Amino acid sequence: MTQRNNIFSTLGEYTLFMLKVFKKPEKLKMYGSQYFRELEAIGLNSIGIVFLISVFMGAVLTIQTGINLENPFIPLYLIGYATRDSMILEFSSTIVCLILAGKVGSNVSSEIGTMRVTEQIDALEIMGVNSASYLVLPKIVAAVTFFPFLVIMSVFVGVWGGWLGGCVLTEVLTTGQYIEGLRYYFVPYYIVYSLIKTSVFAFIITSVSSYYGYHTAGGALEVGRSSTRAVVYSSVLILLFNLILTQLLLV
Amino acid sequence: MIELKNVNKSFDQVQVLSDITLTFEPGKTNLIIGQSGSGKTVLLKTIVGLHEVDSGQILYDGQDFTRMSFKERKLIRKQIGMVFQGGALFDSNTVEENVIYPLSMFTDMTEEEKRDRANFCLSRVNILNANKKYPAEISGGMRKRVAIARAIALNPTYLFCDEPNSGLDPKTAILIDNLIKEITDEFNMTTIVNTHDMNSVMEIGEKVIFIYEGKKWWEGNRHIIFKDPNKELQEFVFAAKFFVTQQKDNQ
Repeated sequence: MTQRNNIFSTLGEYTLFMLKVFKKPEKLKMYGSQYFRELEAIGLNSIGIVFLISVFMGAVLTIQTGINLENPFIPLYLIGYATRDSMILEFSSTIVCLILAGKVGSNVSSEIGTMRVTEQIDALEIMGVNSASYLVLPKIVAAVTFFPFLVIMSVFVGVWGGWLGGCVLTEVLTTGQYIEGLRYYFVPYYIVYSLIKTSVFAFIITSVSSYYGYHTAGGALEVGRSSTRAVVYSSVLILLFNLILTQLLLV
Repeated sequence: MIELKNVNKSFDQVQVLSDITLTFEPGKTNLIIGQSGSGKTVLLKTIVGLHEVDSGQILYDGQDFTRMSFKERKLIRKQIGMVFQGGALFDSNTVEENVIYPLSMFTDMTEEEKRDRANFCLSRVNILNANKKYPAEISGGMRKRVAIARAIALNPTYLFCDEPNSGLDPKTAILIDNLIKEITDEFNMTTIVNTHDMNSVMEIGEKVIFIYEGKKWWEGNRHIIFKDPNKELQEFVFAAKFFVTQQKDNQ
């Protein structure tokens, strides 16, 4: 087993990398412009995919709940209630972040990995720039600040998709029943819980992907491998932290 | 002045540099030559601090670079410009932005001053009308010249070039060599060039250091390189000697 495959050495290396990332920026103005670039690359460019996934998730969720609640003793408005809470609690935060781990994670890892193998990171180091901080910190901050907006958007789009699937396409329930369900027993804290989870997942996706990209050695093949590792480990960590945060915040 | 004293460097227990002691001529073009895999690039990257030495000293004007803190190294690195083998230009920035980058990071120049300086550096390396192009849109030779322009933007004391004419046609390679020599003389820099091209040695080699199997095997200048009886050195220059002789005859 090589040293890189040892979980403890990887964890140690990741911690040291993060310490380097969170060092005081050399020139805030430069980091600022980098932050806005990342907002576009990581955040704005993900709106389309989040929208698409959320519509279909909401629609399928409503139809499936409708099929499973075919019982005269269970009021139909509960379908709307189930869709709303499922979107808020799990689908818009965890599932969307898993999708973003694939899209954003592979993008971040391959971008930094390519910079590593084409010596662009060495060029930054030669100039005296803290390359880890300059390249990674704006990505982390952009993701942590923008992903919550994506998740909020996902909840609304998912609920709309639910109406489309359940009330328009299949007519499992009426629009009135669906809206009644959406307004039934709303717990605002669920939103807080969902946003906390999203911020943690955003940090995991960008930091883990950056770590694998930054430590790429070799050529194009290694960039691809780093990208795969980034997506796999980000996804596993998202699932693990989903469980931990649910235990901590909900139970 | 840069001096190396008993520098050793190994990777995974493979000795790459062995007991290298040498001094680079200030204000001159110093060439490090040797076969591929002889340790030239590792030597160059060790001198600028991209690799840490196992033992030995690297002295910049008498100050030991190997024992400096990150902050102290940063001051030295501001005096260093480096041209990487592939250019290492930032893909997402235009040609002009690449040259402006070090100025934005380390000076308080106004936008106009930065643009003027970038234009001066680009015109000095004969890059005209390509300011708004991206690195992917220009040729390999142009990329090398833009990399030189970026390296001299901060008016460095030391210029390092790693195989500056690799992958270029002979005519462009000579242009790059001459450009490096002109810039060295014009800005009174100490230039250190890694190459295995004997044409470069004959064009610009004011001081030549031959590296063989990670050891400093020979040092001298272009005028005595063919006369020296050193067997390994002659084996290295033999392949290119025909072309060099032919060129001189033609001239």
